[in-house]
Amino acid sequence: MSTFRDMSVGDIAVVTNVSGSGQLRKRMLDLGLTRGAKVELIRIAPLGDPIEIQLRGFRLTVRKVEAEIVELDIIHRAKEAKE
Amino acid sequence: MITAALIGNPNSGKTTVFNKLTGSVQKTGNWPGVTVDRKEGFIRTYTKEKILIVDLPGIYSMSPYSPEEVVSRDYLIGTQSDKPDVAINIIDASNIERGLYLLTQVADLGIPMVVILNMMDVAEKSGMKVDAAKLSEALGCEVVQTVGIRNQGTEAIAEAVQRARDEHRVPSEINYGETLESCISKISPVISEGLRPELVRWVSIKLLERDPMVLADLGKEKVDAAMEIITAFEKEVGDDGIQMVATARYDAGSRIQEHCLTRVEPSESANTLSDRIDRILLNRVAGIFIFVAVMFLVYFIAVQTVGTMAVDFINDGFMQWVSQNIGIMMLNAGVDPFLHDLVISGILGGIGAIIGFLPQIFLLFLCLAVLEECGYMARVAYLMDRLFYHFGLSGRAVIPAVIGIGCSVPAIMGTRTIEDQSNRTVSVICTSFMPCSAKLPIITVIAAAFFHASAIVTLSLYLFGIVMILLSGLFLKRFPGLIGKPAPFVMELPVYHMPAVDNIVNNVTDKSWAFVKRAGTLIMLSAVIVWLLASFGTVDGKWFVYLGDNQTSGSYLAAFGNAFTWMFAPMGFGDKWELSVATLTGFMAKENLLGTLAVLLDSSADSEGFITAASLANYTTVGVAMSMLIFNLICAPCVAAIGAMRRELGTWKRTLMAIVFQCATAYGVATIFYQFWLLSTGTFSWMFVFAVIAIIVPVYVIAVPDSVGRIMSLFGKRPKEESE
Repeated sequence: MSTFRDMSVGDIAVVTNVSGSGQLRKRMLDLGLTRGAKVELIRIAPLGDPIEIQLRGFRLTVRKVEAEIVELDIIHRAKEAKE
Repeated sequence: MITAALIGNPNSGKTTVFNKLTGSVQKTGNWPGVTVDRKEGFIRTYTKEKILIVDLPGIYSMSPYSPEEVVSRDYLIGTQSDKPDVAINIIDASNIERGLYLLTQVADLGIPMVVILNMMDVAEKSGMKVDAAKLSEALGCEVVQTVGIRNQGTEAIAEAVQRARDEHRVPSEINYGETLESCISKISPVISEGLRPELVRWVSIKLLERDPMVLADLGKEKVDAAMEIITAFEKEVGDDGIQMVATARYDAGSRIQEHCLTRVEPSESANTLSDRIDRILLNRVAGIFIFVAVMFLVYFIAVQTVGTMAVDFINDGFMQWVSQNIGIMMLNAGVDPFLHDLVISGILGGIGAIIGFLPQIFLLFLCLAVLEECGYMARVAYLMDRLFYHFGLSGRAVIPAVIGIGCSVPAIMGTRTIEDQSNRTVSVICTSFMPCSAKLPIITVIAAAFFHASAIVTLSLYLFGIVMILLSGLFLKRFPGLIGKPAPFVMELPVYHMPAVDNIVNNVTDKSWAFVKRAGTLIMLSAVIVWLLASFGTVDGKWFVYLGDNQTSGSYLAAFGNAFTWMFAPMGFGDKWELSVATLTGFMAKENLLGTLAVLLDSSADSEGFITAASLANYTTVGVAMSMLIFNLICAPCVAAIGAMRRELGTWKRTLMAIVFQCATAYGVATIFYQFWLLSTGTFSWMFVFAVIAIIVPVYVIAVPDSVGRIMSLFGKRPKEESE
C-alpha cells in the first residue's frame, strides 16, 4: 500500500481505499478520490505542502498530512519511464 | 410563480448563469442562522409566468459538514412554506463526472429538475464533445446548453423550468449497482412510515452514509432497525457504506459520462494554457515572490497611487467645496454657531470620512475581484497554506488579511470565503490587526517624527500585523468550543479564465455598497456622537455647555479619557491623558486620533487637521509613541469594523469576547514593548511585572497541553468537548 508521500511529480496511481473518518474522509470522497480513481501528482507547493493532483479532469490541492488517508496503488513511475 | 433553486459546483460558472438569468435586479440576503449569502432574482425577459431563481452556494456534495452544504440541502429538502418547485442543476461540461456526483444527490431527492450544460466550448477544446440529447436521455430530464459567458438560452431555460414544474419531470432513478440497490430496497420499508414518499430513497442512502443529521432527525427506533440491516450488509460485502455510496455515485457518473461523451482531437485547450501559466505562477522558486509582487501591485494601485489621488481629490477638493458652500449658506441664514459646527464638523466630517475612503476601497475590491474571478486567489491559498498551517490557520486566511490593508470592514465580510469554521472566526477576530488605510497616516506621522520617515518602519508594521494574526491563530486554536471546528484543506484549483465583466461589476458594487451602508451609517452616527462629546462639557456646575467646535479640552470626551488614563500606565502613557483621549476617538475612525492630538496639544496641524511630525516629536518620546501605535493597531477596530464583526460572529456576546481579546492583546503587546524599551534605555520600572505576565499567559496557553481545560477547571467547569 502506498500514499501520496510515496509519489514523485509525474507519477500516476489508482485509489484503492480511503480510510479515516468524519468530515475529512467525506470530503476526499466527495471530491472524487473514490476507489478506482486515477490520480497524477502534478506539483508540490513552493513551501513543500500542499500537493497538487490531477483527477477526473480537474486539479485538486490537499495537504500531505490529510492526504495520508488515501491509499494508493502506483501504476506509473515518471522516472523509470524515462530510463 | 415558480421557485427554482440553482445548484452546482464551485467554478461551474453558476454565478455567470445566475447573473445572465436575473439581470441586475437581485436581492441579496442571508440564509437564516448562518452567514451564507442568499441571492435571488426573477428570470428577466420571460413573461408567461414569474420564475424566481434562488442561487444556492456552490458546493461539491450535500454532506452535512459546512454551512453552505447544510443550507443547500435543507432548502432542497424543503419545508411546508419554503420549498423549490424545480432544481436547476448546472454541470460544467469540462468537469462532467464531478458535476454528476452532486446531481445524483439532488436526483435522489425526487425533485423536478432541469440540467444546464455549461462551458461546452471549454470541454470541446480539451477534447470532450458532450451530447446533450444523450445526457437528457440518461438522466430523464431536460438538458439546456449554454456557452457560459455569451447571453444565450435564457428563454430556453425558462421554458424548460416551466415544463419541469407543470409536468412534474423528476429525473429517473439513478442506479447505484446491484449490491447497493439491494440494501437500499431493504432499508426503505423499515423507515418509510411517516416520511414523504419522495424522500424515502434519499434517507435510505443517507443512512448508509451515516449522515449525522439524518441519524439525529429520524428517531432512534427506525435508525436502530436500519442500522441492523446496514451493518449486516457491510459485513457481507466487506466495505463500509460511506465509501460504497461515494464510489457508486462516481461510478454512476462515469457511466453516464461514457454514454454521452465522444472524444475529439483536443485543440490548444484551456487546460494546457492554464498549466503553462501555473508553471510560472506556482513555480517552486518564483511562486512566492510573484505572489508578493502581485499583492504589492494591488496595494500600489489601490492604496498608494490611484487610490490616494482619488481620496485627496474628494477630501481636499470636493468635500472642502461642499462644506465651504454649506457653511456660507448657513452663515448667511444666520444659523446658530452650534448648529453650524455640528453640520460642518460633525455630520459633513463623518460623510467625508466615509466617501473619502470609498475610492481606495472600490479600487481594492476591483483588483481583488479580478484576481478572484480569474482563479488566482485559490492559488494564493495554495501557495501560502504551509506557512499558515504551522499556526493552525489555512492558506485561505491570507485573503482577508490582504483586503484588510484597505479596510477591515470588507475584509471581515470577506472571511465568508473561508470554508473552515474555526479559521473563519479567527480571521474575523484578527483581520483588523492589519494596518488599514486609516491607520496608515498614524504610522506615517510616527515614522516621520522618530525614524526619518523610513519606509522600513511602515513595512515592518504590516509584517507585525501578519505575525500577530499568526500568533493569535496559535492562541485562539486552544479554545475550540469558542471558535468552532477546524476543517481540512481540500481545494480545487480552477482553470484560469478571463473574468466576466458582469460578475466583477456585481461583486464590486455589492461589496462597496455594503461598505457604504454598514460602515457608513455607523461611522456617521459615531462621528456625530464623538463630536458632541468633544464639544460639550460641564462649566461652573452648568451641564451641557457648548465649548466650541471640537474643543475637546474640558469636554466630556476629555473627562472620559482622563478617567481611563491610569490604565495605560504600563504602556507608558499613564500620565498623558491626550493619548488616551485620542485613542478613544480612534474607535470612531482610526485617523481621528491624529486630529484629536492636534487639537488637544494645541499644536500646528497639516491640511487635514492631523498633528504634524514635529509637534509629535516635541510632545513625547519614541518609546511612548511606538507603544501607543502598537496599542492602536491591535486594539478593537473602529465601530464600523466592530459592526461587521458582529454580523459575522452572529451575537453581541461573541463580538464582545472578540473585542476583549483584541484589547487585551493590544495591552499586552504594547506593555511588553514599552517595558523592554524602558529597560533598554537603562530604566527599570516595577511595572515590568505586567510585561512578564503578558508573556507568560499566552506562552502557557499555547505551550501546555490542554491549558484551557486546566484553567477552566480552576473555575470549576470544563469546556464542552466538541463531538465529532
